[in-house]
Amino acid sequence: MKPCLDIRRLSAVLPNGQRVLRSVSLSVQPGEVRALVGESGAGKTMIGKAVLGVLPKSVRIVEGEMLIEGDDLGRLDAKARRTLIGARTALIPQDPLTALNPSRRIGAQMTDRLVRILGWSGERADKRIRQLLDEVQIRDPERVLKSYPHELSGGMRQRVLIAAAFAAEPRLIVADEPTTALDVTVQKQILRLIAQLQRDHGTAILFVTHDLGVVAKISQKVSVLYAGKMVEEAETAQLFAAPQHPYTQALIAATPRYTDPYTSLKPVDESVLAGLKAEIAAADKDWRPGHG
Amino acid sequence: MDEARIPRRGLSPRLWLAGGWLLLALLAAIFAPMVAPQDPLAQDLMLERLPPFWLDGAEPGYWLGTDSLGRDLLSRLIFGGRIAFIVAFAAATSACLIGSALGLIAGYFGGWADRIISRVVDVWMAFPPVLFAILLVAVLGTGLSSVILAIAIIDWTRFCRVIRAEAMSQARMDYVESARIAGYGRIGIMLREVLPNVLPSVVALLSLEMGIAVIVEAILSFVNLSISTDDPTWGSIIAEGRLSIHQAWWVLVFPLITLILTVLSFSQFGEALKAHFDPVLR
Ligand SMILES: Nc1ncnc2c1ncn2[C@@H]1O[C@H](COP(=O)(O)OP(=O)(O)OP(=O)(O)O)[C@@H](O)[C@H]1O
Ligand SMILES: [Mg+2]
Repeated sequence: MKPCLDIRRLSAVLPNGQRVLRSVSLSVQPGEVRALVGESGAGKTMIGKAVLGVLPKSVRIVEGEMLIEGDDLGRLDAKARRTLIGARTALIPQDPLTALNPSRRIGAQMTDRLVRILGWSGERADKRIRQLLDEVQIRDPERVLKSYPHELSGGMRQRVLIAAAFAAEPRLIVADEPTTALDVTVQKQILRLIAQLQRDHGTAILFVTHDLGVVAKISQKVSVLYAGKMVEEAETAQLFAAPQHPYTQALIAATPRYTDPYTSLKPVDESVLAGLKAEIAAADKDWRPGHG
Repeated sequence: MDEARIPRRGLSPRLWLAGGWLLLALLAAIFAPMVAPQDPLAQDLMLERLPPFWLDGAEPGYWLGTDSLGRDLLSRLIFGGRIAFIVAFAAATSACLIGSALGLIAGYFGGWADRIISRVVDVWMAFPPVLFAILLVAVLGTGLSSVILAIAIIDWTRFCRVIRAEAMSQARMDYVESARIAGYGRIGIMLREVLPNVLPSVVALLSLEMGIAVIVEAILSFVNLSISTDDPTWGSIIAEGRLSIHQAWWVLVFPLITLILTVLSFSQFGEALKAHFDPVLR
């Protein structure tokens, strides 16, 4: 079976030549949740943006391919690429407030996409949106559809965005730390909802997080990223049971457990980081786009 | 708390006050021939420099007194309002359309479009506006349309600067990125997603600009560069009032009050409208 998303040796650089992605390879099978973990600044968001075609202007892809269901994004012209991304992917963003247009009602924003992009009738789109709002357990769709984003709580906004992401039946959803901006109490509910809808709809998800606890709960496979470099990838259970790379081991050791939250909380070991940095510096020295 | 909804504020008192004055002045101007108690051009030397109604020597029917040619001041103010409002609406709307469109393009698209537009704005703003206006009218010739044109040509930059900054900050918001991912085109996003968010500012600026246009028109007619007919304008009444300040203070004071009230109302009305329409401030 063709992978839903296939990233092959993707490298991206900043204008000053600094690499933000270092020959990243990663694939997500249909219906699978692939977690992408790493510290802040590792480049997790960059990978998501690269897939969705919204990299910042300053970031340039210098090598590698990205395929969505076998279609190479690099071979398509800009318009065809936009259409393909719009039809087959969706984003569940980190900050549900800024991801909604403050001056438009929720209902209009949600149906708009189905009507304008997928060409559905207004009636069909409306029905679909209500169905999805029900799936994300919004009990008063009438009120929510008429609201402006700031009139809803953070949890409600994120539910709306989850519903919107699944509404168009994308094959792939990129979820970029979808619970980080929320209250701890709401985080769990949202996570459970995403997992539930993912199962029901069979959508593949690239799930970006820096929280190994979340990884354990939601994903079947994990990729560990450090400074734009893929350090390790494995089945989730496998990764926790027998982490191969010292960085992964340190990362797991650094994650607090609920049973013993204080004693197991320690920073990632300095010597491990030093080793990784040396490895990356050495690789950068020899690296040329196209030969890396 | 989770389900709490922020209550909508009602219309604020300043919206009522400012809007009320503007509506009154506008209606009076539109229906001037019906509501003005006298013919604004009729001179009567027997009635020169009559004081306003509460002073000794006032005549009934001449509520705010008369000028040194015996013309009724209230009627002249009402007719003067016609030109003030025509200039306010026409000039401010033109400046708004040009400036907001360019500002939106510069702010949303950035890049070379922004560089060109911003440079033009910088150069434009290097001219002192009043001098610029006088110069323009001198070139274009006096008359209603050249006054309107001059104000629009000078003041579009006010809109452009503010709207550019707002569009720029909106363009960085995640909802714009989401719209890109969904597959909307650039222009569609600019008009459907970004424009509604800068609209409250456009409205506020538009109202403010109407006030500014009223002042500029008054200044131009004060220096005799505006409408070259005998039609009364607030500026020309003020200019005449200045000459007879010691014999008939009211000829200067009433048009000044009218002018100030109108200008203040325009700016307050704009601010209040903005607060009312902004979904986040509301
Ligand atoms: N707009 C930008 N232009 C240039 N460089 C950027 C930009 N945004 C981020 N970067 C850099 O790219 C690198 C990767 O950033 P990215 O946002 O992908 O990290 P992340 O793994 O998502 O981190 P976080 O957990 O903080 O979200 C960082 O070193 C960051 O400084
Ligand atoms: Mg990120």
